[in-house]
Amino acid sequence: MTEQPATFAFDADNQALADKHIAKYPEGRQASAVLPLLDIAQRQCDGWLPRAAMDYIAEMLDMAPIRVYEVVSFYEMYHDTPRGKHELRVCTTTPCWLRGSADIVSACEDEMGCKVGETSPDGVFSLGEFECLGACVNAPVVWIDDDYYEDVDPDSARKLIQAFRKGERPEPGPMTDRQKSAPAGGPTTLTGAGE
Amino acid sequence: MAKMTIDGTEIEVEDGITVLQACEQAGVEIPRFCYHERLSIAGNCRMCLVEMERAPKPIASCSMPVGDGMVIKTNTETVKNARNGVMEFLLINHPLDCPICDQGGECDLQDQAMAYGFDHSRFKENKRSVTDKNLGPLVETHMTRCIHCTRCIRFSTEVAGVEVLGATGRGENMEVGTYVEQAISSELSANIIDLCPVGALTSKPYAFEARPWELTKTESVDVMDAVGSNIRVDSRGREVMRVLPMLNEDVNEEWISDKTRYACDGLARQRLDKPYMKVDGKLQAASWHDAFDAIGGKVRGLDGSKIGAIAGDMCDAEAMTALKDLMTALGSNNIDCRQDGAKLTAGARAGYTFNTTIAGIEDADACLIVGSNPRLEAPIINARLRKRMVEGGFKVGMVGEAVDLTYRYEHLGAGPQTLKEIADGTHSFCEILKSAERPMIIVGQGALTHADGVAVLAAARKIADTTGMIAEDWNGFNVLHTAAGRVAGLDLGLVPGEGGKDVAGILDGAASGDIEVVYLLAADEIDTAKLANAFVIYQGHHGDAGAHIADIVLPGAAYTEKEGTYVNTEGRVQRGRRATFPPGDAREDWAILRALSEVLGKTLPYNNLAQVRARMVEIAPLLDQLEVVTPSAWADFGQAGSLDGGPFASPITNFYMTDPISRASATMAACTEAFVETGEKTGTDG
Repeated sequence: MTEQPATFAFDADNQALADKHIAKYPEGRQASAVLPLLDIAQRQCDGWLPRAAMDYIAEMLDMAPIRVYEVVSFYEMYHDTPRGKHELRVCTTTPCWLRGSADIVSACEDEMGCKVGETSPDGVFSLGEFECLGACVNAPVVWIDDDYYEDVDPDSARKLIQAFRKGERPEPGPMTDRQKSAPAGGPTTLTGAGE
Repeated sequence: MAKMTIDGTEIEVEDGITVLQACEQAGVEIPRFCYHERLSIAGNCRMCLVEMERAPKPIASCSMPVGDGMVIKTNTETVKNARNGVMEFLLINHPLDCPICDQGGECDLQDQAMAYGFDHSRFKENKRSVTDKNLGPLVETHMTRCIHCTRCIRFSTEVAGVEVLGATGRGENMEVGTYVEQAISSELSANIIDLCPVGALTSKPYAFEARPWELTKTESVDVMDAVGSNIRVDSRGREVMRVLPMLNEDVNEEWISDKTRYACDGLARQRLDKPYMKVDGKLQAASWHDAFDAIGGKVRGLDGSKIGAIAGDMCDAEAMTALKDLMTALGSNNIDCRQDGAKLTAGARAGYTFNTTIAGIEDADACLIVGSNPRLEAPIINARLRKRMVEGGFKVGMVGEAVDLTYRYEHLGAGPQTLKEIADGTHSFCEILKSAERPMIIVGQGALTHADGVAVLAAARKIADTTGMIAEDWNGFNVLHTAAGRVAGLDLGLVPGEGGKDVAGILDGAASGDIEVVYLLAADEIDTAKLANAFVIYQGHHGDAGAHIADIVLPGAAYTEKEGTYVNTEGRVQRGRRATFPPGDAREDWAILRALSEVLGKTLPYNNLAQVRARMVEIAPLLDQLEVVTPSAWADFGQAGSLDGGPFASPITNFYMTDPISRASATMAACTEAFVETGEKTGTDG
């Protein structure tokens, strides 16, 4: 069993944020705010939700704690066990897989020293596979914390991991010289515009 | 009304019901797992698929409301295939456990797989397995067998009001459980065993004990509380194996409390199976003949005023009839059935029954609870109150302990002062009662056993009168009893006669020597220390407090071992039936009293059950009206007086042990340890 902190409370900023979310819903429907509140709590708790935090939110929204546990265990983005400092998820759905996501997964496992679903021994990364991230035009996609890193190959994946390990935060977006999701290798239409 | 066609037959049904209900009304059986008429609709098992004309695919009949002109088909090839398919999916992860599963023989999945499933499996992969959960001493889990119908989750959330069960995880990893391991701390928890359509939730005390086809099933009535839940006693040979609920919409719907269900193992322990006599200060086995002779030697020639009799909480009306007749014949007025000293009189029946009726709670719109914790005293009635609360537009106020009733209520105060304010019309809750169309009041034994009990009763009556609880078609005055035999006792007039002594009087008299012989008819909930000097005859079924102090012990029959008449708190007369024979030399209680009367030279004029019952009805004509509640005329009762004592306290602190049977039960002892002694929850360190 994971070691659980005994108590949890939102800090002042997060409390204000939580109040803003709760206020969106009519009186008696506060439970609707459970998803954003859990997200806020998870960010405050270094990427995972201790039971105290779930109970705290249940109390705040006047829900039975089990209803919050159900939500947390249902969604993949919530974690009820401690995670690495950075969350790295590789999309392995068909378009990304066709473009080589399997190699990226192997490169990540090798570079981090842990398997999919585990946290690296240095505690910096948690590695996961994810179903379609919806950015197929830039496949393969790796999702680190809140950002998408696109057009990744095994080499750039290793470089990303090394950068994060050093505490840097590389610019999100395509890892090649491609401009956002414009055609790779430069524009192919309207090339004469402006002449 | 909606006109629809089901399998070619036209039928007219009410609006607002579902297709499944309409099919039932048309006499067409629809298989189902998740649907249950008393729970919300989940629609997740898909077993109830039927074909609807103009719909592109089969519909889930449990969640489809009926519409005018609907054409439903349940016997087509599509429906057959749909059921086949659903069944196959359900069985993918269901283990082939049937030979070692306690549900075997009474399993919905087994039955429906026979009726609607394939005869073979095409699934070659591994089945999933799920860790079992610890839900406490009553409910055994085999979660691998779970088909995720969520009936247990809905029951605990909606009916029991204890929101601890849930479905965690998703897809194939979904599990039903509590997430944080804990026992389900509800007095109704074991009903989820009946609800479970498979063997995922089974009975822990009954595990591997018997198969359903080995059991003799006897329909009877429960005596663990005053609700009179209808039960089915399943026995094998001389042993009661289990107790299950019987459907009775007016009383317990289809639920029973955990004590009703599980105290039955106490029927096999601590039993009195032969007469005992005290010789040199120790109880020694004796024959009926010797025991009766010893009683005769003591009682014959004794003045009636020196004899007292107390009837216990679980006595049947037949035994109490015989006890009353015997005491009258002996010339004694010292008789009482109110062990707890409740200040109720045998006079006006409206003054000591639950006049609104249990089903009537659903028509009420405001309720004042006085000195009662219905959750512990009558969980089934508490579930009705909760049902009414969930429906909305129901306000509950409580005078007494601030306890968790599983629903919201307004705590008005702790004791008589608050009651006085309400009776005087100065309390704000009066407005709620007055503005309600059908207000009700529930007076518990905690208030009636209070030092000011008589005045409490009068104040409650005044509240009923002044807030419009009494109307032509509505009586909102209710007394909630905790003893199954109490209403029958009061009906039969088992209260002190002219100049007679009540329970306290008999006990004090026994201590001071005014009373020389005390007859305890299964009476154990009294201060037996005061009986040390008296000659005590204890007639009952368990070696409990009463038998320990007794000079003569006469072995009687427990409620599963005799034909008995019981009157529940509503005043509903019901018959308990014999499921097994009493152990050893034990006999039916009225017969013991009849036999004793002959030895004492006061032979009671009845020789068989029918004659006792005729005599019983002669004393209390209402006891002839089986299964119904006869409305009582509103009358005068109680006596106004000062209301200034301490706060009300419920007579029940440990729900699981309230009587000789449940005190002898190992299961109830385990529940006490799990739920009462360590607090409500078993903790997070589990």
